Amino acid sequence: MRKILFGLFAVFNAALAVWCFHLANNAPAEMMQGDEYRIIFYHVPSASVAFLFFAISMAGSIGYLTLHRKNPTLALAWDGWAVSGAEVGIVFCTVVLVTGPLWGYRAWGIWWTWDPRLTTTLLLWLIYVSYLLLRRFASGAQMQTSSAVLGIFGGIAVPIVYISNRLPGQHPGPVFGGGEGSGMAPVILRPFLWNMFAWMCWGLMVLIVRHQLELRQQKAVAREAERALNA
Amino acid sequence: MSTLWTHLVKDLRIEWRSREAINSMLFFALLVVVLFSLAFSPRGAFSREISGGVLCVATMFASVSALNQAWAREIRHQVLDAQRMAPTSGAQLFMAKVVANFLFVSIVQLLLAPVFLIFYNLHILGQGWLLLLVLPLGTWALVANGTFFAALSINSRNRELLLPLILFPIFTPALLAMVNATTGIFTGEFDPTIWIKLLAGYDIIYTTASILLFDTILHAE
Repeated sequence: MRKILFGLFAVFNAALAVWCFHLANNAPAEMMQGDEYRIIFYHVPSASVAFLFFAISMAGSIGYLTLHRKNPTLALAWDGWAVSGAEVGIVFCTVVLVTGPLWGYRAWGIWWTWDPRLTTTLLLWLIYVSYLLLRRFASGAQMQTSSAVLGIFGGIAVPIVYISNRLPGQHPGPVFGGGEGSGMAPVILRPFLWNMFAWMCWGLMVLIVRHQLELRQQKAVAREAERALNA
Repeated sequence: MSTLWTHLVKDLRIEWRSREAINSMLFFALLVVVLFSLAFSPRGAFSREISGGVLCVATMFASVSALNQAWAREIRHQVLDAQRMAPTSGAQLFMAKVVANFLFVSIVQLLLAPVFLIFYNLHILGQGWLLLLVLPLGTWALVANGTFFAALSINSRNRELLLPLILFPIFTPALLAMVNATTGIFTGEFDPTIWIKLLAGYDIIYTTASILLFDTILHAE
């Protein structure tokens, strides 16, 4: 039953991809930027998905730490969400960091600037890559505890990074202050919202697959440990 | 409180006898300062703009060597296992380590200051006394997080490599605040107060989080 549901979800995602690609391609060109603005149909949704998944990762870390003594099996499932959220979040964050400069070079004439949003995204990317590194380096059950703690520390950093980049100082003000949020014509807004929905669904599908994979891996590790004990 | 004091006195005595941490940090920081000075040959206004950053980065790199040693000492002769079994809270052990390392890094900064002023031909235009607030706050942020992450990475393979890899990303917001505040003080072009507040906030938040989570790390099985 679960497999059928997931299959239907996958088919739904494929249909959504075709439909949203069509919408994004056929939205009218923007007044100031022409066709270049079309990056908004995947750049902005990817950023939203990345931030959402980092939040899921932090929730998973907190869940693991609160449950790992009382209910180890359930705690492992939470740990699975923590690692899947971080990993899939990094992938989406990388998409944002790669596509951003491509657009920036055309629109601003420079690849990179230490604009608040850019800095925040890059720092988050660094923090979560370090989280995955810790998981790779540490071993055994300690690894899950340590990485859950680091996941919480990383989550705390998000608002601090965000505030620190909003402060005035020697840095110039944000290159684009109001940005897209300051207004969007309905003919563009509709395909944008559709794309946002589609990327969320796609991200969710990848996240679920990654979580299932992690659960199977945990089971395999447990079986291996049991076999070693009985041998 | 007395447990904290016992741990602290022990750490200070070990350092007083060996002087490992301070000597290695001092030499490393000196190297970084000299290398940057050679690379940029700083003078005048340019010197004031970059020296805040150089000072903070030199401290950051140097302190990693001491932080790695902080817990490695406890592993020898299974001292850490004894600490785990002791009927005291891990928070006191943690705070003692933080205070000890904070003192070591601060001593290095004090010794380094005159060398720094000479090599960078520094003439401070802002309120110099504010440095007495910024440097301890920044050092505390570095040392508190560093001690915590050193304990966190102690059971992993390549722990000496792992510490900077997980410490630096989390420390970046504090580094940003520290660099901006010192640059504001050196150049006198903008008011560093808001950055100092941010640094203080960072210290409070992360020190609290570390104290709360340290027992989890210490007893991680």
